[in-house]
Amino acid sequence: MSRLLVHNPGFLTTVQDAGRPGQAHLGISASGAADGVALRIGNWLVGNAENAAALEMTLVGGTFEFDAEVIVSLTGSSFEAAVEGISLEPWRAYHLKAGSTLKVGPTHSGARCYLCVRGGFDVPKFLGSASTHLFTGLGGYEGRPLKKGDELVIGTNTRTEPVNRAVSFDFIRRLYASEPLRVTWGPQRDFFPEEAQKLFLSSKFHVLENSNRMGLRLHGPVIQRRSSEMITEGTPLGAIQIPQDGQPIILFVEHQTTGGYPKIANVIAADIHRVGQLRPRDKVQFALVTFEQARRIHLDQEAALRKHLEDLR
Amino acid sequence: MRTTYQILPASDSSLLILVGNEISFEHHVIVRRLVTALSSVTHPAIRNIHPAYASVLVAFDPLLCEADEVRRHIESALVASESVSLPRERTIEIPVAYGGEFGPDLEAVAKHNNLATDEVVRIHSGAEYRVFFLGFSPGFPYLGGMPSTIATPRLATPRTAVPAGSVAIGGNQTGIYPVQSPGGWRIIGRTPARLFDPTEHPPALLHMGDIVRFRPIGPDEFRIQ
Repeated sequence: MSRLLVHNPGFLTTVQDAGRPGQAHLGISASGAADGVALRIGNWLVGNAENAAALEMTLVGGTFEFDAEVIVSLTGSSFEAAVEGISLEPWRAYHLKAGSTLKVGPTHSGARCYLCVRGGFDVPKFLGSASTHLFTGLGGYEGRPLKKGDELVIGTNTRTEPVNRAVSFDFIRRLYASEPLRVTWGPQRDFFPEEAQKLFLSSKFHVLENSNRMGLRLHGPVIQRRSSEMITEGTPLGAIQIPQDGQPIILFVEHQTTGGYPKIANVIAADIHRVGQLRPRDKVQFALVTFEQARRIHLDQEAALRKHLEDLR
Repeated sequence: MRTTYQILPASDSSLLILVGNEISFEHHVIVRRLVTALSSVTHPAIRNIHPAYASVLVAFDPLLCEADEVRRHIESALVASESVSLPRERTIEIPVAYGGEFGPDLEAVAKHNNLATDEVVRIHSGAEYRVFFLGFSPGFPYLGGMPSTIATPRLATPRTAVPAGSVAIGGNQTGIYPVQSPGGWRIIGRTPARLFDPTEHPPALLHMGDIVRFRPIGPDEFRIQ
């Protein structure tokens, strides 16, 4: 049984997989990787199932020692990373010998990167998933971020394919283009006067420090709404709600399952992974698409991802 | 009686079924029946079902099927829901220490409604509530039956951390925060009861449809429990 030993956990590192759907009626949102695309590609690179559990690092990575030989990848944002002084590039699989220490430093681009290992991380599953739900202390490694001294068991994966896989940077650049986040109208669009809808779509917001996996709080011009209180209803991932102070909140992977603030719009499924790479102080703008366009964009993106991965196989 | 409803997209990955636009026992029963029907015959693309007061949000994987297919599944569940028979309700008592350090917004709620704080406590603990649904955070019960005489608007900016066990009012709704979480409701008290315990099956103490009563306790009794 091989293990990863945490020498330094970094700023905020958690165990994440593809999430825990099917529990919203208990008030439990799916959680899972904030950048699900990076998790999938990272797992693919090391030869795992796409939803195997990985480490999600935030802003500053950690230092980890492996007690056995291991195949790893780093995906998502480009974090400084090295093993015994040799730099590791993101979006590529590496073979590390037993006793190697991987040192991940600060990010050079977005908020998060993923460390995938062949075999995945073996933690007890809570309601069918290894993902950590930080705000309720559930799932993952004891329901909390990793600490110095933690030891994670690496699962077994008997595949023996050669490790020379990498993903092209051109393809990655397209997946993470810094364009406006595309949105569809939300169910309470009518709560907002036309000028407020226009202001929402034409303004730049910036991400506030108190943003997290539950939601991204934005700051920008005040989006006025009519004063009527709505009754609480279900809230989907990526919903953009406007509380009374007129400052948008994007509901993210650990989002509340229901809410009473009106939702002006919703980030489309194809762009959710980009939300996971937003850092405090980053600028955010929104671009409206129709439901039909949102579906087309998502299907095209998925087809491109599949084709790209198949071509490299 | 035929249920009147509206199905609209809330996002490119979810459909919102509205069975009304107000909090009522009738809507609660329709929602419960619909959730029962949706849970008994599942569709592989459906990821989550979010019941609420007068609506159900159905989240699905848009890579697995089109929204129209999920819509048809929901429509047939709506028909099936009319012949669902619901189980008998349980009654559960929740002890609450009102005001002081446990209920920092009790005075604001009293002031908003021109009441004394002990009148707010008497009204809140004198009513019988129904668990309309669990939502917001793990095991959080949305309770129907709060007298409108203690309704108070939500905070303009939600708190980033509300302690576990907090009993709160948001508009004309009341609820209990089972785990520490952000929240915009007015906190009037706190219960020592554990509403969410991940080692239990199911992990939530309260279920949709339960009847709940609040029993006022002093701060000493809170600390003993």
